[in-house]
Amino acid sequence: MSSLLSYILSADFLYMWIRVATPILFPALGAVICERAGVVNLGLEGIMLISALFGVLGSYFFDGLIPGMLVGILASVVISCIFAYFHLVLHADNVLCGTAINTLASGLTVFLLELVTGEKGTSASVKSYSFPTVNLPYIQDIPVVGHILSGHNLLTYLAIIAVFLVWFFVYKTPVGLRIRAVGENPNAASSVGISVIKMRFLAIILCGVLAGFGGMYLSMGYLSMFTRDMTAGRGFIALAACAMGHATPIGAFLSALVFAFFDGLSNILQVLRMPAEFVQMLPYVATILGLTLFSIQQGMQKKHKNQS
Amino acid sequence: MEKTAEALRLQNITKVYPNGVIANNGVTFSVNYGEIHALSGENGAGKTTLMKILFGEEEATDGEIYIDGEKVRITSPLMAIKMGIGLVHQHFMLVPSLTVAENMVLGIEPRHGLSIDVDETERLVKEVSQKFNFSIDPNKKIRDLTVGQKQKVEILKALIRGAKILILDEPTAVLTPQETKELFIELKVLKEKGYTIIFISHKLNEVKELCDRITIIRHGRTMGVYNLSEISEQEISRLMVGRDVALEIIKKPPKLGKASIKVRDLKVIEESGKYSLKGISLTAHYGEIFGVAGVEGNGQLQLAEALTGMGSYQGGTIELDGKEISRFSIGDIRSIGVSHIPEDRMVSGVAPHLSVAENVIADKLNFEQFVKNGFLRSQSIRKFVTEIIKRYKIACQSPDVSVDSLSGGNIQKVVLARELSSEPKIIIAEQPTRGVDVGATEFIRNELLASRDAGNTVFLISSDLNEILGLSDSLIVLYDGEIVAFFPDASKINEEDLGRYMLGIERQSSEQISEAYSE
Repeated sequence: MSSLLSYILSADFLYMWIRVATPILFPALGAVICERAGVVNLGLEGIMLISALFGVLGSYFFDGLIPGMLVGILASVVISCIFAYFHLVLHADNVLCGTAINTLASGLTVFLLELVTGEKGTSASVKSYSFPTVNLPYIQDIPVVGHILSGHNLLTYLAIIAVFLVWFFVYKTPVGLRIRAVGENPNAASSVGISVIKMRFLAIILCGVLAGFGGMYLSMGYLSMFTRDMTAGRGFIALAACAMGHATPIGAFLSALVFAFFDGLSNILQVLRMPAEFVQMLPYVATILGLTLFSIQQGMQKKHKNQS
Repeated sequence: MEKTAEALRLQNITKVYPNGVIANNGVTFSVNYGEIHALSGENGAGKTTLMKILFGEEEATDGEIYIDGEKVRITSPLMAIKMGIGLVHQHFMLVPSLTVAENMVLGIEPRHGLSIDVDETERLVKEVSQKFNFSIDPNKKIRDLTVGQKQKVEILKALIRGAKILILDEPTAVLTPQETKELFIELKVLKEKGYTIIFISHKLNEVKELCDRITIIRHGRTMGVYNLSEISEQEISRLMVGRDVALEIIKKPPKLGKASIKVRDLKVIEESGKYSLKGISLTAHYGEIFGVAGVEGNGQLQLAEALTGMGSYQGGTIELDGKEISRFSIGDIRSIGVSHIPEDRMVSGVAPHLSVAENVIADKLNFEQFVKNGFLRSQSIRKFVTEIIKRYKIACQSPDVSVDSLSGGNIQKVVLARELSSEPKIIIAEQPTRGVDVGATEFIRNELLASRDAGNTVFLISSDLNEILGLSDSLIVLYDGEIVAFFPDASKINEEDLGRYMLGIERQSSEQISEAYSE
């Protein structure tokens, strides 16, 4: 047990913590925007998976990181638009839409993967690009802290910047205000001429872009290839993080860190020769626990709200 | 009043809904600048549809709209707003977690670069509220405002968008007499400044007090335009309903029986630690209508929830018909003979998508008359419900139509029919006539009175002062979770005085209040 503790307290673990938090943080921020607009985007998982593959394929076909990134983002926007169209315009249930997107993504990615590489498991056989790691000047020279904070992937830093960007967008801009109004009282918003569908469409697309970065981080940063179903539930964990963070950017950030902690923990427990299946279960158990606690708390809040 | 220019004219408006319902049938409606014009009619008469057409939420099947004498087409609320029409909805269109200022500029936010110009927003809001003499703190959140203040925000919201013609839909339904008075003063100021106000209301005394002219519609047709100085309330109501309506509630003196509801030191504590009921005690008797007055949100909801088993309470005891109910389920409470007419009929009153018949027998599934060997006996249900529909005058094509296709008043009658047909001894009625037209209101009130005359208890929670004063035999006033006044004889108090207790300005001595409870 003491060795476990020393692992957790080590700089290596803290570094890894930030690393594994990134692919949860991106979609969680996306979920915040959607949630604020009154949409629960259950398709996050699929959106991430799609852009994880398209990022890799894009960079392979167009031979460059930037084109790969653009293809990845385009893919996530397109798939988000499909979700938005069915949900908002055709009024399909968002659970069905989300599930459809996820199922589609899971199958489509494997199909395309095999079409391009001839393999069903990974994209290891094609040469693709990754986002570079960044050493922060000055900070990297600080002992311990430098080791934890510096040398992360470019997207990790972008994710942290995105926390503030999303915060500014939601709370300080006219569009953010409208999105919040639409999410809280759509009738009020439409009574002053704000198009509820437009705002929600926009929110879903922005969410798609963020989730897309999360997906590409997995295949072009965390790993340097695509593997089938590599999102492994992170889209759902992100939804949980958003909900637990009360749909605020900062709250989602902190919640993402909590879930990432268990993700990181499962990594080191594997090293400590715990049964792999048990260890792999941990982040999800943490998610379920988190969500349960959250919904109990929300139930209380709702009750309070109804009564007052 | 001098003759002024016509601001707005709706000419021969006809609206036929896709399902064949004719909501408006050649309605003509005209208002002038600088007048307050009442639009009255029963629920389902076509007022709402007419206003929706004016505000661009619905398109007329036939007819023309003129603003300042010019023919216009209004196809969206945004267009209506641009043409200077502002609608203050009955259910406020505000976002609770945003501030007053944010709500007011929503959709027309002043910008500073990428972000909202906070200073300019504040200046705009201050300018408008000062111009019209509305005092309101722009930085307060909507959820912290009183109902009266929220309404001010709604009006300002329309004014800041340049509205010249204001439509107010049942604006006083939720206000205390004091707030109503304040509103009327503000509306008269607006009128002086040349604004046009369309005042939609059932409350004829208010219409009479405030408005210059009235247009009455019935069954989608105009019944005429009258100067209010030349028409009596009685005549207006006859034109609205098509027959004479008793505006005054006439009732026999009560014959008090033994105690039916005994509440002792009832406390309800919210999760946040706030006390929504701070230990109230009261006794209601058989054969009386026991009224609970108060501005909404002062503990009435929690009291009703505690009595019906819908909500929990943290302290005190409740006895219904002599039985302590702390361990009773909702079903147990109902089986004592308690009926409940809930405040929000669409949420807890009916299952909207089920049929009238299904809703009416929903509480009678243990009757062998309706269920045998686990199967519904559709014939006897049909027979029973057909009689109920006749008895309660529910306007519907058949017992099999879904409840949500009925008008508000008829839905409320379905609730009433279900609750009263199980022969209750105690009826907990929350806002029984809210949003219900004059005819149905009269019917519902008479049913409640008949039940009381039959020796039952009606526990009436209502924020309609006219109703609570007219129906109640004895009466308490709730303010901030406490009983602040008890009147053993409700006929001895007037609206003004009641209003002061409701606002917490006045409070009886603790001896007087303690008389609400008796052994």
